[in-house]
Amino acid sequence: MIATASDTGTFVPRVELGAWVESAIDWMTDTFDPVFDAVKTFFESIYDGLEWVLSTPPFFVVALVLAALAFWVKGWKLGVGTLLGFCLVAGMNQWDNAMESLALVILASAVALLLGIPLGIWAARNAHVSRVVRPVLDFMQTMPAFVYLIPTVVIFLTGPVPGIIATVIFAIAPGVRFTELGIRQVDAEVVEAGRAFGSTDRRILRQIQIPLAMPTIMAGINQVIMLALSMVVISGMVGAGGLGNDVVAALQRVDVALGFEAGLAVVILAIFLDRVTAALADRAPVAKALRATR
Amino acid sequence: MTADTSTTPTPDQPAGVAPAVSVRGVYKVFGPKPAEAVRRLRAGASRDEVKNLGTAAVIDASFDVAPGEIFVVMGLSGSGKSTLIRMLNGLWTPSAGDVVLGDANLATVDGKRLRELRRTRVSMVFQHFALLPHRSVLDNAAYPLEIQGIGKAERQRRASEALDMVGLGGWAESLPSQLSGGMRQRVGLARALAADTDVLLMDEAFSALDPLIRSEMQEQLLELQAKLGKTIIFITHDLNEAMHLGDRIAVMRDGRIVQIGTAEQILSDPANDYVEKFVADVDRSRVLTAASVMQRPRVTLSIGSGPRLAAREMRDADVTSAYVVDRTRVLKGLVHAEAAVPAVREGVEKLEGLVDPDVVAVHQDTPLAELFAPAAGTSVPLAVVDDGGRLVGIVPRVTLLEAMAPADNGDGSDDAEVADGTAPDGAAVETTAPTEGAPA
Ligand SMILES: Nc1ncnc2c1ncn2[C@@H]1O[C@H](COP(=O)(O)OP(=O)(O)OP(=O)(O)O)[C@@H](O)[C@H]1O
Ligand SMILES: [Mg+2]
Repeated sequence: MIATASDTGTFVPRVELGAWVESAIDWMTDTFDPVFDAVKTFFESIYDGLEWVLSTPPFFVVALVLAALAFWVKGWKLGVGTLLGFCLVAGMNQWDNAMESLALVILASAVALLLGIPLGIWAARNAHVSRVVRPVLDFMQTMPAFVYLIPTVVIFLTGPVPGIIATVIFAIAPGVRFTELGIRQVDAEVVEAGRAFGSTDRRILRQIQIPLAMPTIMAGINQVIMLALSMVVISGMVGAGGLGNDVVAALQRVDVALGFEAGLAVVILAIFLDRVTAALADRAPVAKALRATR
Repeated sequence: MTADTSTTPTPDQPAGVAPAVSVRGVYKVFGPKPAEAVRRLRAGASRDEVKNLGTAAVIDASFDVAPGEIFVVMGLSGSGKSTLIRMLNGLWTPSAGDVVLGDANLATVDGKRLRELRRTRVSMVFQHFALLPHRSVLDNAAYPLEIQGIGKAERQRRASEALDMVGLGGWAESLPSQLSGGMRQRVGLARALAADTDVLLMDEAFSALDPLIRSEMQEQLLELQAKLGKTIIFITHDLNEAMHLGDRIAVMRDGRIVQIGTAEQILSDPANDYVEKFVADVDRSRVLTAASVMQRPRVTLSIGSGPRLAAREMRDADVTSAYVVDRTRVLKGLVHAEAAVPAVREGVEKLEGLVDPDVVAVHQDTPLAELFAPAAGTSVPLAVVDDGGRLVGIVPRVTLLEAMAPADNGDGSDDAEVADGTAPDGAAVETTAPTEGAPA
């Protein structure tokens, strides 16, 4: 003890937190090996399916579908922009990478939202849950992103799954927070009205709280997706595939051209995802209703 | 004042019928230790003394509301009105005491039965309307029926009827955000009416509206009430609104009900300085009626008697004229002493020929504001009659003028205390005890 303290030049004994976490992870890996295997297989097959859907058709078919989606949620400007952007991605020879990344983002965001939104709802309705969840989210959000990659790699080895799991952990926070905030912000009188007319709590949640919180929840969904995209790039470091691989490769080889092209493809993907989810938020019935003026 | 109160309902005993809502010794304390706070309040502690145990929002409230009555709860901000009304439909659970809706005691019903009561017995109108912004006006009005599980066609039909009733028939497809404040509150009212419950709770329902719209809504509410006969519990901090709408008014202060009575009773006989101060700025001429200020005539003559008796009675009572009634007290006219005295000398047998039938009589429900014109046109006190034309009292001109000024019998220091709200709790409590402690 005294010897280790002198290492740091202070009298504080070395606290072996890192070692403890490591042995905890080791223990988990050993004990829950079958569980982790199942999780890995599960996510891998979904990822493979998604990736197959996005990469198998010729690029212009997928680009047209994505452009049509943009046109439908927002308008022709975003539609045309999307088409041009994705053509550029294909022209830079980044199409397959972009589709892999898109598949990763979609899967990781979906998992983050499937866990995060119900957790946010629970936290909004239960002060105890909220009190526990909040610091945990703070911790998860402030931890440097790629630190999550280390245990996930230990547990899931290589391939897309460690990237997906790390992305879920990294991106889940705004999904929980915005949902909780949105539901707490719903006008208490309107919720009271639901109760006063004899509605059940469940029905109030479905008919009043979630619809009225929807603009805020959508903002959270947008954030989750953007965080997921940034983390997907970082997880290129563990060979998760997609644009991140080329970014990491460009960094290692100091390849400016490759770095720029892969980076630009990330930007195009980001703008597309951001604008589409923002437009979806605007289409929420409450957001529309509030825009209607006399 | 010797006002004849036989014509006004007695405050705590709505005539014989089972109450629609009955509140018995209800307390609500927000905070960590409500039970302990209630125990101490019951033992006589003041609101401030239990502060560390929680906020005593409602303290020992008891009253009955008769079916078809408009019962107004009035008080300053923070006096516990909203908390009280929210216990009537179980949005808050009392810390102690009972709330009985018809035959259901809310303290003993389970969650399912409570929701059923809310669907069928009691609905609510909110201060800020509390409409669903993403639903059309029609779907908002139909919301309670949707919760009741009524089919779409039927609930839309009934919701349209309710919208027609509040004059919003043409707005069914609009969104709430496209309506003005007054119209939105009409939707809120239509929603409550569509639920078709006997009891309607209205928490400052008109407070967010500007004055013109507000009085329009008040008239509409009274009209609807006359037509539908709902039991309405109406919260307001506006005295004029309370006086205008309320059959009876409960005045709250710091969680306690300090007085319950008709508008006139509260105006003419405030339970304490606080109520008196509160009512000081009301437009008395619109609230007080002839019945509330009239006096017993010192002399009433029977049409069958003779001038001799009339002259003597007028002399004994020191008046120069007296009203004449028949055997059933129906007003026949006025006799002046100047006419009676010579008639005695001339040996006239009957009073009948001396009666001046051309007198100014007002109905007992006439507001004071409408008494000035008739009073100005005559030199004798106004005769006050009931529906059957029977003489029930008189209003001398001086009484009329007195009634217009609020009673002024509190001394200066008391007034100051009430004005800045620092009066010790005990003062209000002691003076109010008789009013509160007299349940039906
Ligand atoms: N949920 C709550 N938790 C804690 N204290 C509360 C709660 N609701 C009300 N109170 C307190 O109870 C007291 C009475 O509040 P209430 O809202 O019933 O007053 P009010 O007469 O309706 O006032 P206003 O005219 O402002 O609406 C206040 O002191 C308030 O702070
Ligand atoms: Mg209130």
